[in-house]
Amino acid sequence: MEARKKGIYIFIFAGLALAVALALIVSPWASSSPDGLEKVAEDKGFIEKTEQTDPTWNSAPVPDYAMPGLDESHPALATALAGLAGTVAIFLIAWGLALVLKKRGDEGKADSPGISSGLTE
Amino acid sequence: MHIPDGFLNTGVSVATGVIAAGAVGYGLYKAREELDEKSVPLLALCAAFVFAAQMLNFPVAGGTSGHFLGGILVAVLLGPWLGDLVIALVLLIQCLGFADGGLTALGANVFNMAVIGTILSYYIFYGIKTLLPKNRTYFLASIAAASWVSVMLASGACAVELAISGTSPLSVALPAMLGVHAVIGVGEATITVLVVGVVLAVRPDLVRTYDHQTLIPKLEEAKVGQ
Repeated sequence: MEARKKGIYIFIFAGLALAVALALIVSPWASSSPDGLEKVAEDKGFIEKTEQTDPTWNSAPVPDYAMPGLDESHPALATALAGLAGTVAIFLIAWGLALVLKKRGDEGKADSPGISSGLTE
Repeated sequence: MHIPDGFLNTGVSVATGVIAAGAVGYGLYKAREELDEKSVPLLALCAAFVFAAQMLNFPVAGGTSGHFLGGILVAVLLGPWLGDLVIALVLLIQCLGFADGGLTALGANVFNMAVIGTILSYYIFYGIKTLLPKNRTYFLASIAAASWVSVMLASGACAVELAISGTSPLSVALPAMLGVHAVIGVGEATITVLVVGVVLAVRPDLVRTYDHQTLIPKLEEAKVGQ
Protein backbone atom coordinates (compact mmCIF):
# COMPACT_ATOMS: atom_id res chain seq x y z
CA MET A 1 0.00 0.00 0.00
CA GLU A 2 2.91 2.34 0.75
CA ALA A 3 4.37 1.72 -2.70
CA ARG A 4 0.97 2.57 -4.16
CA LYS A 5 1.01 5.92 -2.33
CA LYS A 6 4.43 6.78 -3.72
CA GLY A 7 3.34 5.60 -7.15
CA ILE A 8 0.78 8.35 -7.31
CA TYR A 9 3.52 10.94 -7.77
CA ILE A 10 4.83 9.08 -10.80
CA PHE A 11 1.31 9.22 -12.24
CA ILE A 12 0.84 12.89 -11.34
CA PHE A 13 4.13 14.05 -12.83
CA ALA A 14 3.66 11.90 -15.95
CA GLY A 15 0.27 13.57 -16.33
CA LEU A 16 1.79 16.99 -15.80
CA ALA A 17 4.45 16.22 -18.41
CA LEU A 18 1.66 15.33 -20.85
CA ALA A 19 -0.23 18.56 -20.06
CA VAL A 20 2.95 20.62 -20.48
CA ALA A 21 3.72 18.86 -23.77
CA LEU A 22 0.21 19.63 -25.04
CA ALA A 23 0.49 23.29 -24.02
CA LEU A 24 4.05 23.70 -25.25
CA ILE A 25 4.13 21.67 -28.45
CA VAL A 26 0.55 21.28 -29.67
CA SER A 27 -0.94 24.66 -28.75
CA PRO A 28 0.83 26.66 -31.52
CA TRP A 29 -0.96 24.36 -34.01
CA ALA A 30 -4.39 24.74 -32.43
CA SER A 31 -7.13 26.11 -34.68
CA SER A 32 -7.29 29.89 -34.66
CA SER A 33 -10.85 29.91 -36.04
CA PRO A 34 -13.44 31.60 -33.81
CA ASP A 35 -14.86 29.27 -31.17
CA GLY A 36 -18.55 28.34 -31.00
CA LEU A 37 -19.68 31.46 -29.14
CA GLU A 38 -17.49 33.84 -31.20
CA LYS A 39 -18.75 32.31 -34.44
CA VAL A 40 -22.39 32.70 -33.37
CA ALA A 41 -21.66 36.30 -32.31
CA GLU A 42 -20.12 37.03 -35.73
CA ASP A 43 -22.90 35.33 -37.70
CA LYS A 44 -25.70 36.88 -35.67
CA GLY A 45 -24.12 40.32 -35.67
CA PHE A 46 -23.45 40.96 -32.00
CA ILE A 47 -19.67 40.53 -31.92
CA GLU A 48 -19.22 44.32 -32.02
CA LYS A 49 -20.80 44.52 -28.57
CA THR A 50 -17.56 43.20 -27.09
CA GLU A 51 -15.31 45.04 -29.56
CA GLN A 52 -16.88 48.33 -28.49
CA THR A 53 -16.53 47.52 -24.78
CA ASP A 54 -13.38 48.38 -22.90
CA PRO A 55 -12.19 45.31 -21.00
CA THR A 56 -12.84 45.60 -17.26
CA TRP A 57 -9.50 43.91 -16.59
CA ASN A 58 -6.65 44.81 -18.92
CA SER A 59 -3.70 43.92 -16.72
CA ALA A 60 -3.52 40.28 -17.77
CA PRO A 61 0.21 39.45 -17.87
CA VAL A 62 -0.17 37.15 -20.91
CA PRO A 63 -3.08 38.50 -22.98
CA ASP A 64 -4.55 36.09 -25.55
CA TYR A 65 -2.13 33.27 -24.72
CA ALA A 66 0.86 35.00 -26.34
CA MET A 67 3.95 35.93 -24.35
CA PRO A 68 4.25 39.71 -24.65
CA GLY A 69 7.22 40.89 -26.69
CA LEU A 70 7.39 37.68 -28.70
CA ASP A 71 3.99 37.60 -30.37
CA GLU A 72 5.07 39.82 -33.28
CA SER A 73 8.36 38.12 -34.13
CA HIS A 74 7.72 34.52 -33.04
CA PRO A 75 3.97 33.91 -32.65
CA ALA A 76 4.30 30.13 -32.28
CA LEU A 77 6.97 30.49 -29.58
CA ALA A 78 4.87 33.16 -27.81
CA THR A 79 1.92 30.74 -27.64
CA ALA A 80 4.07 27.79 -26.59
CA LEU A 81 5.70 29.73 -23.74
CA ALA A 82 2.32 31.09 -22.61
CA GLY A 83 1.03 27.53 -22.51
CA LEU A 84 4.04 26.31 -20.55
CA ALA A 85 3.86 29.16 -18.04
CA GLY A 86 0.10 28.85 -17.58
CA THR A 87 0.11 25.07 -17.14
CA VAL A 88 2.91 25.07 -14.57
CA ALA A 89 1.50 28.10 -12.74
CA ILE A 90 -2.01 26.66 -12.42
CA PHE A 91 -0.58 23.31 -11.30
CA LEU A 92 1.30 25.02 -8.44
CA ILE A 93 -1.60 27.31 -7.52
CA ALA A 94 -4.08 24.42 -7.46
CA TRP A 95 -1.73 22.25 -5.37
CA GLY A 96 -1.19 25.09 -2.90
CA LEU A 97 -4.90 25.82 -2.63
CA ALA A 98 -5.71 22.13 -2.13
CA LEU A 99 -3.02 21.80 0.57
CA VAL A 100 -4.42 24.78 2.47
CA LEU A 101 -7.97 23.43 2.25
CA LYS A 102 -6.86 19.94 3.32
CA LYS A 103 -4.96 21.38 6.29
CA ARG A 104 -8.05 23.31 7.39
CA GLY A 105 -10.09 20.15 7.03
CA ASP A 106 -7.60 18.12 9.08
CA GLU A 107 -7.68 20.75 11.84
CA GLY A 108 -11.48 20.62 11.81
CA LYS A 109 -11.43 16.84 12.11
CA ALA A 110 -8.91 16.98 14.96
CA ASP A 111 -11.28 19.28 16.88
CA SER A 112 -13.97 16.61 16.88
CA PRO A 113 -12.17 13.36 17.83
CA GLY A 114 -15.41 11.41 17.91
CA ILE A 115 -15.81 11.85 14.16
CA SER A 116 -12.15 11.57 13.23
CA SER A 117 -11.70 8.22 14.95
CA GLY A 118 -14.44 6.88 12.76
CA LEU A 119 -13.04 8.30 9.55
CA THR A 120 -9.35 7.57 9.85
CA GLU A 121 -8.05 4.05 9.98
CA MET B 1 -17.53 29.41 -24.73
CA HIS B 2 -15.85 32.06 -22.58
CA ILE B 3 -18.16 35.09 -22.58
CA PRO B 4 -16.25 38.38 -23.05
CA ASP B 5 -17.14 41.77 -21.54
CA GLY B 6 -20.02 43.51 -23.27
CA PHE B 7 -22.37 40.59 -23.97
CA LEU B 8 -24.21 40.49 -20.65
CA ASN B 9 -26.22 43.11 -18.79
CA THR B 10 -25.64 43.90 -15.14
CA GLY B 11 -28.58 41.84 -13.90
CA VAL B 12 -27.38 38.66 -15.60
CA SER B 13 -23.76 39.28 -14.52
CA VAL B 14 -24.78 39.75 -10.89
CA ALA B 15 -27.31 36.89 -10.75
CA THR B 16 -24.95 34.33 -12.30
CA GLY B 17 -22.11 35.75 -10.18
CA VAL B 18 -24.03 35.17 -6.96
CA ILE B 19 -24.90 31.58 -7.89
CA ALA B 20 -21.33 30.93 -9.04
CA ALA B 21 -19.93 32.37 -5.79
CA GLY B 22 -22.30 30.16 -3.79
CA ALA B 23 -21.22 27.04 -5.70
CA VAL B 24 -17.52 27.87 -5.28
CA GLY B 25 -18.06 28.68 -1.59
CA TYR B 26 -19.78 25.34 -0.99
CA GLY B 27 -17.04 23.64 -3.02
CA LEU B 28 -14.39 25.18 -0.75
CA TYR B 29 -16.34 23.98 2.30
CA LYS B 30 -16.75 20.45 0.92
CA ALA B 31 -13.08 20.37 -0.12
CA ARG B 32 -12.00 20.49 3.52
CA GLU B 33 -13.59 17.13 4.21
CA GLU B 34 -13.07 15.55 0.79
CA LEU B 35 -9.39 16.31 0.14
CA ASP B 36 -6.96 13.58 1.12
CA GLU B 37 -3.39 12.65 0.26
CA LYS B 38 -4.38 11.34 -3.16
CA SER B 39 -6.81 14.04 -4.23
CA VAL B 40 -4.53 17.01 -3.48
CA PRO B 41 -2.03 16.22 -6.26
CA LEU B 42 -4.83 14.88 -8.49
CA LEU B 43 -6.69 18.19 -8.19
CA ALA B 44 -3.53 20.06 -9.23
CA LEU B 45 -3.04 17.73 -12.20
CA CYS B 46 -6.68 18.13 -13.26
CA ALA B 47 -6.38 21.93 -13.20
CA ALA B 48 -3.16 21.87 -15.25
CA PHE B 49 -4.55 19.35 -17.74
CA VAL B 50 -7.85 21.21 -18.24
CA PHE B 51 -5.98 24.49 -18.72
CA ALA B 52 -3.62 22.96 -21.30
CA ALA B 53 -6.40 21.10 -23.10
CA GLN B 54 -8.57 24.21 -23.29
CA MET B 55 -5.81 25.90 -25.32
CA LEU B 56 -6.13 23.27 -28.03
CA ASN B 57 -8.94 24.47 -30.26
CA PHE B 58 -9.91 21.79 -32.77
CA PRO B 59 -11.65 22.72 -36.03
CA VAL B 60 -15.33 21.93 -36.42
CA ALA B 61 -17.46 22.53 -39.50
CA GLY B 62 -17.70 25.91 -41.19
CA GLY B 63 -14.67 27.92 -40.06
CA THR B 64 -15.42 27.36 -36.39
CA SER B 65 -13.32 25.81 -33.65
CA GLY B 66 -14.15 24.22 -30.37
CA HIS B 67 -12.17 23.28 -27.31
CA PHE B 68 -12.40 20.85 -24.46
CA LEU B 69 -14.38 21.98 -21.41
CA GLY B 70 -13.45 19.28 -18.91
CA GLY B 71 -16.38 19.51 -16.49
CA ILE B 72 -17.31 15.82 -16.63
CA LEU B 73 -13.65 14.74 -16.65
CA VAL B 74 -12.87 16.50 -13.37
CA ALA B 75 -16.21 15.52 -11.79
CA VAL B 76 -15.67 11.85 -12.65
CA LEU B 77 -12.13 11.92 -11.23
CA LEU B 78 -12.70 14.15 -8.19
CA GLY B 79 -16.45 14.33 -7.60
CA PRO B 80 -18.67 17.33 -8.41
CA TRP B 81 -17.50 19.73 -5.68
CA LEU B 82 -13.75 19.43 -6.12
CA GLY B 83 -14.44 19.38 -9.87
CA ASP B 84 -16.39 22.63 -9.59
CA LEU B 85 -13.38 24.21 -7.85
CA VAL B 86 -10.99 23.04 -10.57
CA ILE B 87 -13.06 24.50 -13.41
CA ALA B 88 -13.69 27.75 -11.51
CA LEU B 89 -9.94 28.09 -10.80
CA VAL B 90 -9.09 27.50 -14.47
CA LEU B 91 -11.63 30.16 -15.51
CA LEU B 92 -10.27 32.64 -12.94
CA ILE B 93 -6.68 32.18 -14.13
CA GLN B 94 -7.73 32.39 -17.79
CA CYS B 95 -9.59 35.63 -17.10
CA LEU B 96 -6.97 37.36 -14.93
CA GLY B 97 -3.83 35.92 -16.50
CA PHE B 98 -4.72 35.51 -20.16
CA ALA B 99 -7.61 37.93 -20.83
CA ASP B 100 -9.79 34.95 -21.85
CA GLY B 101 -13.36 35.68 -20.76
CA GLY B 102 -14.41 39.06 -19.40
CA LEU B 103 -14.08 39.93 -15.73
CA THR B 104 -17.72 41.10 -15.67
CA ALA B 105 -18.69 37.77 -17.28
CA LEU B 106 -16.58 35.63 -14.91
CA GLY B 107 -19.61 34.78 -12.79
CA ALA B 108 -21.56 33.72 -15.88
CA ASN B 109 -18.64 31.68 -17.19
CA VAL B 110 -18.26 29.90 -13.84
CA PHE B 111 -22.03 29.40 -13.74
CA ASN B 112 -22.11 27.91 -17.27
CA MET B 113 -19.03 25.73 -17.09
CA ALA B 114 -18.55 24.91 -13.39
CA VAL B 115 -22.15 24.90 -12.08
CA ILE B 116 -24.03 23.66 -15.19
CA GLY B 117 -21.16 21.97 -17.04
CA THR B 118 -19.67 20.28 -13.96
CA ILE B 119 -22.00 20.00 -10.94
CA LEU B 120 -25.36 19.62 -12.70
CA SER B 121 -23.81 17.51 -15.46
CA TYR B 122 -22.19 15.28 -12.83
CA TYR B 123 -25.65 14.42 -11.47
CA ILE B 124 -26.82 13.65 -15.01
CA PHE B 125 -23.79 11.36 -15.36
CA TYR B 126 -24.66 9.79 -12.01
CA GLY B 127 -28.26 9.23 -13.13
CA ILE B 128 -27.21 7.58 -16.40
CA LYS B 129 -24.60 5.45 -14.62
CA THR B 130 -27.18 4.25 -12.09
CA LEU B 131 -29.58 3.17 -14.84
CA LEU B 132 -26.97 1.20 -16.77
CA PRO B 133 -25.41 -2.17 -15.83
CA LYS B 134 -22.26 -1.84 -13.76
CA ASN B 135 -19.24 -2.52 -15.89
CA ARG B 136 -16.39 -0.58 -17.44
CA THR B 137 -17.99 -0.21 -20.87
CA TYR B 138 -21.25 1.23 -19.53
CA PHE B 139 -19.31 3.45 -17.13
CA LEU B 140 -17.46 4.98 -20.10
CA ALA B 141 -20.72 5.16 -22.08
CA SER B 142 -22.37 7.20 -19.31
CA ILE B 143 -19.31 9.49 -19.32
CA ALA B 144 -19.60 9.96 -23.09
CA ALA B 145 -23.30 10.81 -22.89
CA ALA B 146 -22.90 13.17 -19.94
CA SER B 147 -19.91 14.91 -21.56
CA TRP B 148 -21.95 15.71 -24.67
CA VAL B 149 -24.91 16.83 -22.55
CA SER B 150 -22.64 19.03 -20.38
CA VAL B 151 -21.45 21.01 -23.42
CA MET B 152 -25.01 21.34 -24.74
CA LEU B 153 -26.35 22.52 -21.37
CA ALA B 154 -23.51 25.00 -20.84
CA SER B 155 -23.94 26.47 -24.33
CA GLY B 156 -27.71 26.56 -23.84
CA ALA B 157 -27.26 28.46 -20.58
CA CYS B 158 -24.96 30.86 -22.41
CA ALA B 159 -27.64 31.47 -25.08
CA VAL B 160 -30.27 32.12 -22.39
CA GLU B 161 -27.96 34.67 -20.73
CA LEU B 162 -27.38 36.42 -24.06
CA ALA B 163 -31.14 36.53 -24.63
CA ILE B 164 -32.00 37.90 -21.17
CA SER B 165 -29.26 40.52 -21.62
CA GLY B 166 -30.89 41.63 -24.89
CA THR B 167 -27.77 40.74 -26.87
CA SER B 168 -29.39 38.16 -29.16
CA PRO B 169 -32.96 36.82 -29.13
CA LEU B 170 -33.33 33.29 -27.77
CA SER B 171 -34.87 32.10 -31.05
CA VAL B 172 -31.59 33.08 -32.76
CA ALA B 173 -28.95 32.41 -30.12
CA LEU B 174 -30.22 29.08 -28.77
CA PRO B 175 -30.38 27.08 -32.03
CA ALA B 176 -27.10 28.63 -33.22
CA MET B 177 -25.26 27.83 -29.96
CA LEU B 178 -26.72 24.32 -29.66
CA GLY B 179 -26.01 23.58 -33.32
CA VAL B 180 -22.30 24.39 -33.07
CA HIS B 181 -21.89 22.77 -29.67
CA ALA B 182 -23.59 19.54 -30.74
CA VAL B 183 -20.44 18.98 -32.80
CA ILE B 184 -18.03 20.33 -30.17
CA GLY B 185 -19.73 18.01 -27.64
CA VAL B 186 -18.64 14.98 -29.66
CA GLY B 187 -15.04 16.15 -29.22
CA GLU B 188 -15.69 16.64 -25.51
CA ALA B 189 -17.07 13.09 -25.18
CA THR B 190 -14.17 11.59 -27.14
CA ILE B 191 -11.46 13.33 -25.09
CA THR B 192 -13.18 12.62 -21.76
CA VAL B 193 -13.65 8.90 -22.49
CA LEU B 194 -10.08 8.62 -23.75
CA VAL B 195 -8.58 10.24 -20.65
CA VAL B 196 -10.78 8.40 -18.14
CA GLY B 197 -10.07 5.16 -20.02
CA VAL B 198 -6.33 5.69 -19.61
CA VAL B 199 -6.65 6.55 -15.90
CA LEU B 200 -8.84 3.46 -15.34
CA ALA B 201 -6.21 1.30 -17.01
CA VAL B 202 -3.27 2.79 -15.08
CA ARG B 203 -4.67 3.93 -11.71
CA PRO B 204 -8.35 2.93 -11.32
CA ASP B 205 -8.20 3.99 -7.65
CA LEU B 206 -7.96 7.62 -8.80
CA VAL B 207 -11.36 7.54 -10.48
CA ARG B 208 -13.49 8.50 -7.50
CA THR B 209 -16.87 7.86 -9.11
CA TYR B 210 -16.01 4.36 -10.40
CA ASP B 211 -17.90 1.63 -8.62
CA HIS B 212 -14.89 0.30 -6.80
CA GLN B 213 -16.87 -1.84 -4.37
CA THR B 214 -18.39 -3.92 -7.12
CA LEU B 215 -15.56 -3.87 -9.64
CA ILE B 216 -12.19 -3.46 -7.92
CA PRO B 217 -12.41 -6.18 -5.19
CA LYS B 218 -12.52 -8.81 -7.92
CA LEU B 219 -9.21 -7.53 -9.20
CA GLU B 220 -7.67 -7.45 -5.71
CA GLU B 221 -8.88 -11.00 -5.02
CA ALA B 222 -7.40 -12.16 -8.29
CA LYS B 223 -4.05 -10.64 -7.32
CA VAL B 224 -4.13 -12.20 -3.84
CA GLY B 225 -5.01 -15.56 -5.35
CA GLN B 226 -1.93 -15.59 -7.56
